[in-house]
Amino acid sequence: MSASVCEPQPRVAVVTFPGSNDDGDAVLALAALGAEPVAVWHAEHELPDVQAVVLPGGFSYGDYLRAGALAHLAPVMKAVRALAADGGLVLGICNGFQILCEAGLLPGALRANHSLSFVCRDVAVRVERADTPFTRRCGESQSLRIPVKHGEGCFFADAALVAELEASSQVVLRYEGESPNGSIAGIASIANADGNIMGLMPHPEHAVDPLVGSTDGAFILGSLIDAARESLAEPVAV
Amino acid sequence: MRATVLVRPKPGILDPQGEAVLGSLRQLGFAVDDVRVGRVVDVELGNGDREHAQAELERMCKQLLANPLIESYEIELVEDA
Repeated sequence: MSASVCEPQPRVAVVTFPGSNDDGDAVLALAALGAEPVAVWHAEHELPDVQAVVLPGGFSYGDYLRAGALAHLAPVMKAVRALAADGGLVLGICNGFQILCEAGLLPGALRANHSLSFVCRDVAVRVERADTPFTRRCGESQSLRIPVKHGEGCFFADAALVAELEASSQVVLRYEGESPNGSIAGIASIANADGNIMGLMPHPEHAVDPLVGSTDGAFILGSLIDAARESLAEPVAV
Repeated sequence: MRATVLVRPKPGILDPQGEAVLGSLRQLGFAVDDVRVGRVVDVELGNGDREHAQAELERMCKQLLANPLIESYEIELVEDA
């Protein structure tokens, strides 16, 4: 799984908020797939020189108020916003997805699972868009097996917003069969209109090593790394 | 000055917490038609202009205390006796 020596190694920031707990796995997975992960503390006002940012899973600020509501105001989020505005890649996983929605960087909201139970299991998701920087290693309609583990993963948007998301093909991954959390339209992942910000509830960082089951998470994180590497190779506009 | 902010799930939005509480109330034998669970936020403010405080609280709700996509809010401003 190691990258070839001649390929430039993209740098990907992984932000740790108080209460993040998947930051470690995100770092390990990104490194295993050939990126150089850079750990960033939430209180930082600037990001190091990176091509992409991962907001990892966990329970930032204890999920107080609403999941992601307090983390989206952390100092580092201003820098994340700026990077995204410049076209930089931002991937929010689980709590990271919740934070991006609270920040208004992605539309919609994530609410308590319909069952009110915490779900922790492998789920199958269908790739609805294989042309985003986060899914370019996937085939159209490919089925991925990636674990979810969340209590508040029910994606909500009103009817008008769902129609808009569908019309503009911003739904990137959809649960196959019954959704584990009651998400509207089975939505497991959405991207912003520009396609450089994506949030997903499943955890690709927990699915990159055959030792623990599926390696389908590598399709997502590998895509991100490829896209980040490409942006690294792009000449800087003067 | 004090304010009590009530945050509720918007009408039409499924409230699984409310449904679970409804089920338990019925189990206790109460005749209940519906339950919605929201949140109360008590805010202490300095002594200042009431209108200004109201405007500040509106901003607090919009920026943090409520998620306007899924929640409605009500602000109750109480001046200290």
